[in-house]
Amino acid sequence: MNALLYALLAVGALFNGLGAVALLRFPDVYTRIHGATKCTTFGSIFSIGAVVLYGFLQGDGAGGTLAVHALIALVFLLLTNPTGSHALARGAYRGGIKPAQAVVDHMEKGKR
Amino acid sequence: MRRLVVWAATAAFALAVYLLLTLWSGSWGLWSLSELVVGAVLASIVGVACGGVLWERGGWRMLMPHRWLLLVLYIIPLFWAMARANVDVAWRVITGNIRPGIVRFDPGLKTELARTILANSITLTPGTLTVDVSDHSGAFYVHWINVTDDNPTPEDVCGAFPAWARRIAE
Repeated sequence: MNALLYALLAVGALFNGLGAVALLRFPDVYTRIHGATKCTTFGSIFSIGAVVLYGFLQGDGAGGTLAVHALIALVFLLLTNPTGSHALARGAYRGGIKPAQAVVDHMEKGKR
Repeated sequence: MRRLVVWAATAAFALAVYLLLTLWSGSWGLWSLSELVVGAVLASIVGVACGGVLWERGGWRMLMPHRWLLLVLYIIPLFWAMARANVDVAWRVITGNIRPGIVRFDPGLKTELARTILANSITLTPGTLTVDVSDHSGAFYVHWINVTDDNPTPEDVCGAFPAWARRIAE
């Protein structure tokens, strides 16, 4: 049982770590949003998955509450993460930041 | 009159969600007075703020119960696509092999809710990021980390998501 918990935590930590590496490696704000928020999202799914599993199986009594709270936190994370990412990207574009190394930019040709 | 109905319906939904979250805050498994007051105030504000947007252009369709079932089932294809894209982007982080660009495509969705579901799914999936949605034409402008086609179809960018968004909310 503990092995499964450790495996979930390890996968979560791996994706969180890759998200941090992406911040350093990628060239501009849009690709960094890909790296950071996405890897963080998957990382937090696995980390919170470990918490939920622990809460239901081992933390008797208060464990159920812990698991439900963690699940609600995950739902809110999954709802707010794309909203925030979109707001950042749209704000950056309207602020005049062009995507670096872009092979195509259909927004430039424009609709507005 | 219509605005009052819209406000009441939105506030009722918001209050129901709040009461479900705060169940057992008072004695005998019911709500404490402070939670009830705060819930009523928050629900009124949510009704004023969101009522106009929520029921426009076919928002009432979500009252059909089978659409809620579909929304829950949607977790499965969404998670599968997220898992594949996460591994893909993780590999791109390590190798640095990217070909970014902003592409335009038109999934042909009419309702606000379907567009919201599709835009959020696209943004939640690694490698694709919704930068803008045209209110007028319904076209999506998506930042794509690996552009394989300059004028892609919706299926090229986000797979089965448009079909699911249509199934749930149109």
